[in-house]
Amino acid sequence: MTNIGPDVQVAVEGPGGPVETTAPTTPPEPRPAGRARPAWRLLLPTMTPWLATGLVLIAGVVLLGVVGPYLVGDPDAISDVGLSGPSAEHWLGTTQTGQDVLAQLAYATRGSLQIGLMVGVLATVLSAFFGIYGAYLGGAADEVFSLLSNVFLVIPGLPLVIVISGFVPRESRGLWTIAVVLALTSWAASARVLRAQTLSVRARDYVAASRLSGEKPWRVIGVEILPNLLPVLASQFVYAVIAAILGEAGLSFLGLGASNASTLGTMLFYAQNGFALPLGAWWWFVPPGLVIALFGMGLSLVNFSIDEIINPRLKNARTARRRAKAAARVARKAAR
Amino acid sequence: MTALTDRVPHAAVPARRPVLTVTDLTVVYDVEEPVTAVKDASLQLGRGEILGLAGESGCGKTTLAYAINRLHQPPARIASGSVVFHDRDGGDVDLLGLDDEPLRRFRWSQLSMVFQGAMNSLNPVRTIGAQLDDTLRAHARMSRAQRRERSAEVLTRVGVDPGRLRSYPHELSGGMRQRVMIAMAMLLEPQIMIMDEPTTALDVVVQREILREIVRLRDELDFAVVFITHDLPLLLEISDRIAVMLAGEIVELETAAQLHRSPAHPYTRRLLGSFPSLSGERGAFIRDGVDPEES
Amino acid sequence: MTSVHVTDLTKDYALRSGLRRSTLRAVDRVSFDLVPRRTVALVGESGSGKSTIAKLLTRMEKPTSGTIDVQLDDRTPVMGSVYQRHVQMVFQDPFASLNPFHTIEHHVARPLRIHHRTHDAASTHARVVEMLERVNLTPAEAIAARRPHELSGGQRQRVAIARALAPGAQVLIADEPVSMLDVSIRLGVLNLLGRLQREDNLAVLYITHDLATARHFSDEILVLYRGRVVERGPADAVILDPHHDYTKLLALAAPDPDRVGSVGREGDTAVTREAIDNSVCYDHDLGAWVSIDEAPAARREAARA
Repeated sequence: MTNIGPDVQVAVEGPGGPVETTAPTTPPEPRPAGRARPAWRLLLPTMTPWLATGLVLIAGVVLLGVVGPYLVGDPDAISDVGLSGPSAEHWLGTTQTGQDVLAQLAYATRGSLQIGLMVGVLATVLSAFFGIYGAYLGGAADEVFSLLSNVFLVIPGLPLVIVISGFVPRESRGLWTIAVVLALTSWAASARVLRAQTLSVRARDYVAASRLSGEKPWRVIGVEILPNLLPVLASQFVYAVIAAILGEAGLSFLGLGASNASTLGTMLFYAQNGFALPLGAWWWFVPPGLVIALFGMGLSLVNFSIDEIINPRLKNARTARRRAKAAARVARKAAR
Repeated sequence: MTALTDRVPHAAVPARRPVLTVTDLTVVYDVEEPVTAVKDASLQLGRGEILGLAGESGCGKTTLAYAINRLHQPPARIASGSVVFHDRDGGDVDLLGLDDEPLRRFRWSQLSMVFQGAMNSLNPVRTIGAQLDDTLRAHARMSRAQRRERSAEVLTRVGVDPGRLRSYPHELSGGMRQRVMIAMAMLLEPQIMIMDEPTTALDVVVQREILREIVRLRDELDFAVVFITHDLPLLLEISDRIAVMLAGEIVELETAAQLHRSPAHPYTRRLLGSFPSLSGERGAFIRDGVDPEES
Repeated sequence: MTSVHVTDLTKDYALRSGLRRSTLRAVDRVSFDLVPRRTVALVGESGSGKSTIAKLLTRMEKPTSGTIDVQLDDRTPVMGSVYQRHVQMVFQDPFASLNPFHTIEHHVARPLRIHHRTHDAASTHARVVEMLERVNLTPAEAIAARRPHELSGGQRQRVAIARALAPGAQVLIADEPVSMLDVSIRLGVLNLLGRLQREDNLAVLYITHDLATARHFSDEILVLYRGRVVERGPADAVILDPHHDYTKLLALAAPDPDRVGSVGREGDTAVTREAIDNSVCYDHDLGAWVSIDEAPAARREAARA
């Protein structure tokens, strides 16, 4: 089915060069002049209900984490109404020590988002360096870099994180320490994906052509190769953020999280320690769990849409499904 | 039939008994702005004839071939027209009215196809023999021994050593694999074979060998061939008649000799002129800076 | 003006299968000269080594032995980083050779900036428009703003030509420049190359498997078979009076509209591929057969005489 396309009208060019401008058979302009779409538009996914849902979820959680802390009271303020359910005064009830759950949730979401962002950036930078640069250089450098990422890939992540976190004294176990530890254990898989993609992009003629025209290596990587990897990078970044938030929540739940910050994981940790579950205090442990789940879901939905850019076949499959449905609807209507 | 002859004045009707009649076939792509990929295409394919279908990328030749076989996928849709197959035994089959199951049976047994990249569509982890066997099993009631015999026979016919039945696709060269695909298309002795750029990806020498093979097989087995390519000189050499397609329409349908001698449509002349002759003059080819007049 | 002298060019590739190592000689002692205003065609099928020669000439690969001397009129050798200013290439696949992410302007502007042909944004843009007009892409302003996927194959190949000429290249290597294009626009692109060659005094290496265009587009033809030159000489002589079995086979295989309805009726050809001997080469300039071992010496002697 290669015959579909904007130029179904055969593009006829004259046998002699100048014919093109004079002959009546000049190819029809594919698009009116001056309406070239900017490059970044090509990188944006098409809006679908799924993507919209994902964006709304992410926006909601981000809003809670960014704006929320300014609207709620002090999360650590202790009051004498301990372990009370949702009420007009405390929308999400209170903890055992009478702290406001909503206030805690807002601060905890901020903490989790911070760590997610930090790990996402760190892991993406690491994987981009080892994946793209190694693949571009090729030869021995590529061998060493991919050996390194393979080693990191087979290191079991969580146990290592537990060991490292346990090794670092509790006082110096800040947000950054946790972020670095999580980033170090999570970049390898994306580095491999990026390496494979880079190898395929690097083999294309336009990269050879730009090298041939004398481009410096860093420009070839940055200007010719990287833009074509942006969807993959974005997808890996989103994935790293999800993994980091979940990983941090796991660590904190085990009591190995950052000591100076409150995150959704620490909230769950305290809820567990305060016997929220046996006491039936659902308002204490459900909100943080729900925020993690919804944020993860939002990011995954966005990721699916990014996948459609990386692999246009997914998109074609979706459009075909939609068309088939529309056709069936028309047929049903006609039958009636 | 008179309507058909009116529209395409010369050689629209083959000299032999027809095996396939396509009348006013229109295929539309139902995209945002619907595109008519094939417009009122009418042609008749004679028994044992090689009909060339020439045109450039995007002219609708592949769409036409797919539509004849109803292999087109949405958003493509046959808007109007008819495709009638005239069986050897005298019965007529309306292909567009066929139900799914009869159509499936019809497809490979009466009308088979060889695609451009066909040689790459062989399953890499199964032997050639197993893949030929699958086709036979799906369509014919034969014993295992009979199937093996038939597979060996078609391979021999296309010039591949039957010992290759046990080979895997990667052990064969591109030309060999394309021959295997042609063997597969011939397996059920179809009355029509549609070949879409079957030799484009091959080197000239290999291409020539395969073309020769196709012509020889046609002479022996008397099946009709629709040969689709953009390579007009090649078509002139192997076809009996040639249909030239431009922007979804068949603009000229002529015997090869007539088309070469006196092409009627300006587009055909352009296509012919765009090939410098190997042994003859330069045609529209200029080296001295003087543009030959376009007339 | 720049010319290229290729002497005894050889390229081996190391093959590894399991523990065994072997070498594949992709190009074996090939010599030719590229001089301004002349076109040399390398003809052969895939695997004959013609694309390897292109890679060697553009320095994407290093030769195993032999030399490639690029020199200016006054015999100053061209070396180092300026090499790319003099030798450029047009790739086979116009759909792969332009970066889908960037505009047409980017593709032509980069070589201009890299090689300091222009120094500021305004002059670069003016130069880009001028280059696009030279390759008959009009309206150039509008085309410059477009992206590759908005152009047809022929238009893309013209962009690729403009890019190759942007650094001011005097030697152009065209690796099957039209084989991926629709037939009716092939001649347009070749004629364009011809015109640019005359205007800029380019030396062109035309790599192809198509004998007919090789004959009409080039002055000299080298027929390659399995890495070796098996026949060489003036274009018309090689095509109209082929001596080597392989050239005959190629000529017979090329579609020729003057042989209507002839396939399968020309009888069996005497030549089979297996019987082809690539250790000898027919040299039309010398009018004699030379073996691969004595070919360089024979040509040197002829040049001296």
